[in-house]
Order: sequence, then structure tokens, then C-alpha cells
Amino acid sequence: MSTLLSVDGLGITFGGLRAVHDVGFSLQPGEILSVIGPNGAGKTTLFNMISGIYHPGAGKVILDGQDVTAMRPDLLARRGMSRTFQNLQIFQNMTVLENAIAGYHLQETGSFMADLFSLPASRARARTAKDGAMELLARVGLDRAAETEAGNLSYGKLKRLEIARALALNPKVLLLDEPAAGCNAVETEEIDHMIAEVAKSGVGILLVEHDMKMVMRISNHIVVLDHGEKIAEGDPATVSQNPAVIAAYLRAEAGADAGAAHA
Amino acid sequence: MRLSNKSATLLVLAALIALTPIFFPSSFYYRVGSLIFINGLAVTGMVILIGYAGQISLGHAGFAGIGAYSCALMPVHWGIPVLLAAVLGAIISALLAFLVGRPILRLKGYYLGVATLGFGILVYMALTNEAWLTGGPDGTQVPDSGLRDAAKAIGINLKNSEFWYWFCGVVLMIGAWLALNLYVSPTGRALRALHGSEIAARTVGVDVARYKLQAFVISAVYASAAGSLVALQNQFVTPDIAGYMHSIEWVTMTVLGGAGSVLGAIFGAGILTLLPQVLTMFAEYEQLLLGLIMMLVMIFMRDGLLPSVLRLIRGKDE
Repeated sequence: MSTLLSVDGLGITFGGLRAVHDVGFSLQPGEILSVIGPNGAGKTTLFNMISGIYHPGAGKVILDGQDVTAMRPDLLARRGMSRTFQNLQIFQNMTVLENAIAGYHLQETGSFMADLFSLPASRARARTAKDGAMELLARVGLDRAAETEAGNLSYGKLKRLEIARALALNPKVLLLDEPAAGCNAVETEEIDHMIAEVAKSGVGILLVEHDMKMVMRISNHIVVLDHGEKIAEGDPATVSQNPAVIAAYLRAEAGADAGAAHA
Repeated sequence: MRLSNKSATLLVLAALIALTPIFFPSSFYYRVGSLIFINGLAVTGMVILIGYAGQISLGHAGFAGIGAYSCALMPVHWGIPVLLAAVLGAIISALLAFLVGRPILRLKGYYLGVATLGFGILVYMALTNEAWLTGGPDGTQVPDSGLRDAAKAIGINLKNSEFWYWFCGVVLMIGAWLALNLYVSPTGRALRALHGSEIAARTVGVDVARYKLQAFVISAVYASAAGSLVALQNQFVTPDIAGYMHSIEWVTMTVLGGAGSVLGAIFGAGILTLLPQVLTMFAEYEQLLLGLIMMLVMIFMRDGLLPSVLRLIRGKDE
């Protein structure tokens, strides 16, 4: 099987602090790869480097055999990379439907003049995107809220809207940053199914998630970060038995308890 | 059938333009009306820049200056017909906006405001100081466009102020139609997306720099057209048309009326063009009252006058 995305020796420092150091892994089509680790381990920073939001200080990102390190996010989107955000990035000034349609930007965009004069070509592009967006909204259970202002939706629904928008790009690689955060058990299970289904269609999925049950259930492969470095990787069973991983999580928990005791 | 937002806006606008003259006590009001439409046109361009794309410009009167002076200078120096000069002025404005916009649209917020302000002042200074070309601070004549005579030839015989009222009204309708087309189009959606979240817009594939530039260029064309209309109607221009107060007025009209909606911003243009006429009875307190009204609107109706009023009418749930 050809590797879809490979990350090699990726690192970045913020003001002398090594946020991520020498992290590497590879993702195959249809695979669900989870990146886990205690808070502050550098998971989101890693995502931001892969998706072109931060410029890595070291290392390479290879997508479909091509070097895409530090490439602009919009160009990565053209090459089939799509993502969601831990702290939601919803277009609050638009309706739910328009948020989903925005995911079709690359497909619906065309001549500026055609848009300005509302030529049939422009309207046809917009209509196709709208139809696709409605289908996606139905898939994530938001079709009834299509005309609502996105800002009025609950947190869990916004999470699903972001996933719908990311899927609209028809990506080869999908980066999901805590898709189940703030969702209840039922919603989490729904998201579970959705991710599994998307992976089955051949999309490579990179997942950051705190819900360990979910991670253990759906991941094919797990990469564990601690203090910005990879401390373990493997299938869920192997990783959950790994002493270094257990130590990292226990230490993090002890830290949290100590913090709580001080408060 | 429910009217789309676009058709509703155009209908309301057409009705206002067509019916308001019934209440005009004298032909002076036709002049005020055409002034509102010209400001409305510029402000419609500002809606694309501010309301759709979320970018600011405090220098768009500079483009109005280019549109106006194109009508004045090209016919005299190069023998170009006035109307063609207006079109060329719009093209020059677009090119200039393209060149200026590329570097300065990388800036955000206040920095972008100051940079565009600088651009406007530059145009104003050039128009004031290059007296050999522009006639300097005293301004210069604009040749007759012949539009009114052409209207006469096809049987539409109107007084000067009436003619420009209708002509500017039609141009405003076209401008509003184009802006509303854009709003619901893929381009408009991309602009509003980058306004909502630049980072998310990038990740769905929006080339943010390119779309910001498009909004900047198209709004410059609107401003240029507005400047040309002033020149054509008055047959005289002074550098004041490019003054920074003019730019700031346009931004104020846009935000006061409601930056997100074309009709709202035109409404803002109407209010801020009319208010000084109405407030003249308070003579020295005019500016004071104007400032007070603006502050109150911004404090209590942050979305702008029209959207806030509409929400009150429809009830709070909307």
C-alpha cells in the first residue's frame, strides 16, 4: 500500500521552548491514526505544522509523494488535505448551510465576472455546491438547521458542522482535532461511526482526541506524544500496555491533582 | 412565493427612487437625491469591502478623485469623450487598487486603515499640488457629457437636476444589483468566509490574499464611478472629492446604516447626506448633533440602523 501522508523529523520551537521535536509517522489510505498525549504534549501544534498553519523549524511533510512542508493551507486543500479545529473555526456570520457550502469552495469557485453578473454558469456552480452541502448536512443530522445562523448552534452541533465542512472538500487526508470534545455519549458515538465510515471510503484520518475509549475503539495505529516528543507508537493494544505511555499519563494526572490540591 | 433578499432589496430601492420625488417641495431636492445616490453607489462598494470581506479602507475617496479627474482631464488633454473617460477612470482605479492593494492588504485592522488613509491623502496631495495638470486647489472644469441632450433627442426632456436624479438612480440600481449578485455567489461566500474566520477560509481552499484584493479592486471601481458621477453632474471638480473626510464619511455611512447589507448602507448614505441639510436649522450645533447621533447609533445599534430597526419590527427572536 502506498503511503498517503508521511511526517518525518518534524519540529518547532517557540521562543526557545521545544514545542515539538523530531516527530515522524506515516499514514496509509483508509487508516485511522490517532495522536494522543497529555495536555500540552504538542498534538495541536503538530497538526498546525502538518496543515501549513505553522512553519516547522525542522523536518518534512510528504503528501502523496510530494513535499508539502510549510505549504499554504489553501494549496494543501487543493492537494486533498482538510481539517477541523480544536477551538471551533466556524463562519459565525453565515448560515449553517453556507458554512457547509464554503467547504465546496474549490469546486464552486469560477470566474469573478460570472459571479458579478450572476451568469447561469455561476448559478449552476452554486447550485451544485448547495445540493452537495445539503446532503452532507443530512449525513451529520443538521439538515433541519440549514437556514439557522451558525452562531446559534450548540457546541456539539458546531463540531459536526465543522466535520461536514471538512468532508465537503472530498479530502484524501482528514485531520480531526478533538472532534468529540464537548459532545455527549450519543453524539460521540455518532461521530465515531462517521469517522469509521469516512475511513472505509479510503480517506486517511489523523485524529487528536482526549476520549480514550473512542481512540482505543476506532484507531488502527496510535502515536503517543509527551513534551513534544514521540514516546511510543503501535496498535491500540500495544500502546495501552506500554510502560512509558502509562507513566506519562500518570504523571500528567498527578500534576493535575497537585494543581487541584493547590487551588 | 417568498421573495429572495436580492429581489426584495432591488424592489424597495426602485420604489424609493421612483416614488420619493412625489414629495419633493422644490427641484432643489432632486439635487440632494442625486447626491444620496452617488454616496449610495460608493457605499455599496464599501459594503463589498467592509461588510462582505471584513476589510477597512480610509482612502477610497482617492479612487473617487481619480474617477472625477479622469472626466475632467482626459477630454481636455487627449480629446477623449467624457463618458469614455469615466470608463477609463474606473479602469485606472482598478489597476491602481490592484497595485496598491497587493502590499497593503497584508496588513490588518488599524494598520490597514492607516495605510489606506495614506493612499487617499497621496491622491489628494497630487490633485492639489500638480496645478499645471489639475488646476490645483481651485479645481477645474469638466466638459458637458452630452447625456442630457442625448436623453432629449429620444424624447426625455428633463430639467438638469431632475435628469441627474434619474440617471444616478439608475446607476445606483445597477451597482446594487451587482453587489447583491456577488453576495450569494461563490465569490461572495468566499469573501464572507474569510471575514468570519481567515484560518478556516484558508483550510477550505480560499486564496485569502486574492479574494481580499478582488474586494478592494471592485470597491475602488464603485468609488471611481461615484467620483465620475459627481464630475459629470457638477461639470466641475475640486481636489476635495479625494479628501480623507470624504473617505471617512463613506465608512461611517456604511457602518451606521449596516455594513452587512446593501440596502442598510444605502440607507446610511441617505441619512448622513440628509441630516446636515435638516440640521442646518441648528446652525452651529449641526456637527455636534451629527456626532451625537452617530455615537448613539453605534452604542445602541451595533449592527447598524437598518438591520437593528428590522429586527425590532420582526420581534426579538429573529
